[in-house]
Amino acid sequence: MPILSLDPRVNRLQAEQVSDDQGPVLAAGDHWPSYQVFHQRRRGEKHSSVGIVHAPSSEMAMALAKEQYGRRGETSNLWVVCSADVLEMDYADEDVFRTTPSKSYRDPAGYKVNEKIDAFKAKNQG
Amino acid sequence: MYGGGYVPVGAEEPKAAIENPELLAQFEARIARGEKIEPRDWMPAAYRKQLIRMIEQHAHSEIIGSLPEGTWITRAPGFRRKLALMAKVQDEVGHAQLLYSAAETLGKSREDMINDLINGKSKYSNVFNYPAETWADVAVIGFLIDAAAIVNQVANSKGSYGPYCRALERICYEESFHLKQGHSVFVWLATGTSMQRDMLQQALNRWWEPIMHFFGPSDKMSQHTETLMRWKVKMATNDVMRQQFLNMYVPKIWELGLSLPDPQLRKDESTGQWLFTEPNWDTFFKVINGDGPCNRERLAVRKVAEERGAWVRAALSRADARYVTPLA
Repeated sequence: MPILSLDPRVNRLQAEQVSDDQGPVLAAGDHWPSYQVFHQRRRGEKHSSVGIVHAPSSEMAMALAKEQYGRRGETSNLWVVCSADVLEMDYADEDVFRTTPSKSYRDPAGYKVNEKIDAFKAKNQG
Repeated sequence: MYGGGYVPVGAEEPKAAIENPELLAQFEARIARGEKIEPRDWMPAAYRKQLIRMIEQHAHSEIIGSLPEGTWITRAPGFRRKLALMAKVQDEVGHAQLLYSAAETLGKSREDMINDLINGKSKYSNVFNYPAETWADVAVIGFLIDAAAIVNQVANSKGSYGPYCRALERICYEESFHLKQGHSVFVWLATGTSMQRDMLQQALNRWWEPIMHFFGPSDKMSQHTETLMRWKVKMATNDVMRQQFLNMYVPKIWELGLSLPDPQLRKDESTGQWLFTEPNWDTFFKVINGDGPCNRERLAVRKVAEERGAWVRAALSRADARYVTPLA
């Protein structure tokens, strides 16, 4: 007995009730590999990672990315990259960067000379 | 749109203590500092399991939730309403895609999640097991179910799992459009002819109990959320979210001169808490376990979509393509 619905479109499907011992409908890989999507809002801005799409090829990934990540607001450009082609650093190695923010010698704020100049001026003009 | 992170009554408290205590301490300290957990970090098995269950249910809710509303696209009253509803339904399916990929980062493939949806092993929000009988049902779903979903999703977006938070950030933004368009349809009917008002009132009466069910059983009934709250998997209790929802939206219904089918419903000004008749939780459990008005239809339609779309996917597939878990 097909499912009877309020929706005539569902009735046209002639869909049968899912049986109690329903096995898998999909096999591994049926929904394709995933692609990481990078979105540029306007020319001149950078591309940012916005999420993923599942697709059989980069061309299809691009078509789906336009629909999924470009359907609202501004979009100037998109990149798609197969997730398998991205090499990711291990989060466990995060600590190699732990001391980086304190490396003031790499930072403009690490160089303060005004006090010296003021002291020098005060001494020589005084 | 979604409610829950439905934890079955009587579910066991996660047994985290039997795992590596040192890693567990680091994990909990990170969460306590307000930092996010990322996909390949160490995490307790119970954390992973509950997050998969929750994000997967959320994804299923989005994709199944698009069915009752999709029913009305062909019969929407006017071109602008039709465009808006198409955009909303597309968003919901898009949300499912974002959420499936967030869940995939925890190690369950999208295929397995959809298989478990169809065979009934994993749940989705109970509200979508009810039919949208009239256009006014679309108003009630778009306004109140989406509003309830936002309460839940805004809470969850402050959770501890990075990919879920990122997906929710985008989802909450789009849901706010859904809420606005739902409110617009709702107000149009409420301020329309007496026949339109009557249609809306009847839809409200039909949907009130499912809406009261939306946030899940009362905290008195669902124990064991303490660990999940410490791990920032569950961000607010069912009762807290239900109170928030009532406080924000009941006045917006009453101001239009509409009524709600609960004579006990009122705000206790001395406590700030809403008083209401406890909805029938037996009905909730009956429906969530498969015996609601539309459960069978929803799953049958989902199955047909996967089966009859298989040849398209096969035609597009490449022999050398291989599955890989999304990064983040």
